[in-house]
Amino acid sequence: MNSRLTEILVGLFMLLFLGAMLFLAMRVSNLTGLGSSGGYTLVAEFENVGGLKSGAPVSASGVRVGQVESIAYIPEDFAAKVTLKVEAEFVDAFPEDTTASIYTAGLLGEQYIGLEAGAEDIALIDGDEITLTQSAIVLERLIGQVLFSRSGAE
Amino acid sequence: MRVTGFWRRWSWGYVDAIETLAGTDGAKSLFMNSMSDKTNVVDDPLVCVRDLHFTRGSKPIFRGLDFDVPRGQVTTILGPSGTGKTTLLKMIGGQLKPLRGTVSVDGQDVARLSRRDLYALRKRMGMLFQSGALLTDLSVFENVAFPLREHTSLPESLISHLVLMRLHAVGLRGARDLYPAELSGGMARRAALARALVFDPMMIMYDEPFTGQDPISMGVLLTLIRTVNQALGLTSLMVSHDLAEALSISDYVVIISEGVVVETGTPDELKNSESAWTRQFLSGSPDGPVPFQLSAPDYAEELLSGDRR
Amino acid sequence: MDFVARFGRFWLDVLERLGRAHLFLARTLGAIGSLIPRFGLLVRQLHAVGVMTLSIVLVSGLFVGMVLALQGYYLLEGFGAEAALGQAVALTLVRELGPVVTGLLFAGRAGSAMTAEIGLMKATEQLSGLEMMAVDPFKRVYAPRFFAGFLALPMLAAMFSAVGVVGGYLVGVEVLGVDAGAYWSNMQSSVAFLDDVVQGLIKACVFGFVVSWIAIFEGTDCIPTSEGVSAATTRTVVYSSLAVLGLDFVLTAIMF
Repeated sequence: MNSRLTEILVGLFMLLFLGAMLFLAMRVSNLTGLGSSGGYTLVAEFENVGGLKSGAPVSASGVRVGQVESIAYIPEDFAAKVTLKVEAEFVDAFPEDTTASIYTAGLLGEQYIGLEAGAEDIALIDGDEITLTQSAIVLERLIGQVLFSRSGAE
Repeated sequence: MRVTGFWRRWSWGYVDAIETLAGTDGAKSLFMNSMSDKTNVVDDPLVCVRDLHFTRGSKPIFRGLDFDVPRGQVTTILGPSGTGKTTLLKMIGGQLKPLRGTVSVDGQDVARLSRRDLYALRKRMGMLFQSGALLTDLSVFENVAFPLREHTSLPESLISHLVLMRLHAVGLRGARDLYPAELSGGMARRAALARALVFDPMMIMYDEPFTGQDPISMGVLLTLIRTVNQALGLTSLMVSHDLAEALSISDYVVIISEGVVVETGTPDELKNSESAWTRQFLSGSPDGPVPFQLSAPDYAEELLSGDRR
Repeated sequence: MDFVARFGRFWLDVLERLGRAHLFLARTLGAIGSLIPRFGLLVRQLHAVGVMTLSIVLVSGLFVGMVLALQGYYLLEGFGAEAALGQAVALTLVRELGPVVTGLLFAGRAGSAMTAEIGLMKATEQLSGLEMMAVDPFKRVYAPRFFAGFLALPMLAAMFSAVGVVGGYLVGVEVLGVDAGAYWSNMQSSVAFLDDVVQGLIKACVFGFVVSWIAIFEGTDCIPTSEGVSAATTRTVVYSSLAVLGLDFVLTAIMF
């Protein structure tokens, strides 16, 4: 019943807990992008976001450049508004006519946003909207279209 | 039928009490004659018990106890096992509330005190439990220091002095660093006595202090109880069924049985009691007013009707 | 008729116990303010319920993570989606297995110990003794234990999940050959800190609250004999395990 030893052990226990929390925050879930000081946000409206979730990666040419911060439905436009957080090192990297598309990693994988740079000189800055967007490919609709076009051809 | 069971639950057994009171009871009337001519009241008592009723489940424990505990003396409550002697101590300490009647200590009705007042009163009472009730995760020294640390912010040196004085008084200064598990039963009780004394209480209650003690530690405890009472001028209240030991150090004795006070007086008075019951209890005869056989159907009849079970 | 009466009596007993348990909880929560001047007591109880449960939690976490990786790998391999192993392991751990398995282990290790300790304190008259020394057992005995349990369980659950993810890494990446980058990046992109990690910890907080409550109440409510204490210890493990599993369903339905 050495109270000093007890205190040390409890202190180590606390440190271990903090370590675990840090690990869960930084390594397991990606908290780095969220609320970090650097970076800027872009907005994009999609007709359909499919299975996109907040926290999904945003990449350009397959390289991760940021993540999806939030997704909201805008009733006036009948569209989904996606807020993207792009990391600070990619400031001025995307021109005004950048296209944002929703892709799927593999057949069953997570959905993510891919940015393809355009040719304009003026770059997107914090708060700007990406106007050129391409919605998620919804598998059911694709299948429906194929069936429809076939039955029409007959 | 079962409806009463429900009400019993919610009315804290009032029904039982009334049922018991209504029924005439052989035992009680047996005691009445010995009580009628003698009063249990003493002058300026520390503890006053008046018309105390209590039941446990449907079993009545007390059915109108009346007695006083005189100040500055050693008082012993004697009675057969299972008469609720420990329950009585818990009521004096305010841990249980009586069904009816009052228990007052130093003029305060214990059951009506607020928690704060009750705790203030308890600081002036010490209680010695049968097992000692030392805190198992603290050493003997820390156990004795425990009430001081909880209730005061005295400097460590003063606490150490106070604790060692009490431990010396019970002869356990050498055991200060032992843990309760390393103590014998008698030593645990002495350590608990040191703890009960640490606040200089006005009164100490002993719950069966002699049970399961070898002759030497019994002698030690007897001497301790007597000397502590004299040296510190406090009131001692002891509950016991160890007759000879209890009588040898008591100034005043209260005998309880079947939920009522049978007789009170000094040990000498009781030894010459007119009550057959008291004499049976004090001499320990197997048969007398308290029959050897519990009441049962007629013996011969029960044997002859062999197919009953 | 007798059967009906016994049935009614049974439910009355249950109700009475529930009522006592809630009164007990209210007084324990009321005594939590007194922990501030008695911080040392809380530390000692954190040691008793947290540090003492740590090893069993870490070892179980490691193995559970390893098993998850093994099972998940064979399942995902069928779809050619081994890359999703990281997210499968992490989500299962963080959302479900971390809080639940830790809750069950905690009930078995720390909960039963709390019940047994308090039951023994009751059986050896230590609780009565405290009251007679004008020390409130709620402040001195129950509140520190309750609060320590409430704090320790989410902490242990976080460590369980973290170790489990590492265990999954060891088996999935080092043994089965999943790409390390895919393991981590898939995990990172699908595990949300607030929605998954924090929600999992909220679950663990609820479990900590309930398990500590059951454990301490059973200790105080036991029959003060050796059989009574051992029966109460068994009841603690059974009731708190059931409570953890039942509440897990309710919480999952509410939160996710």
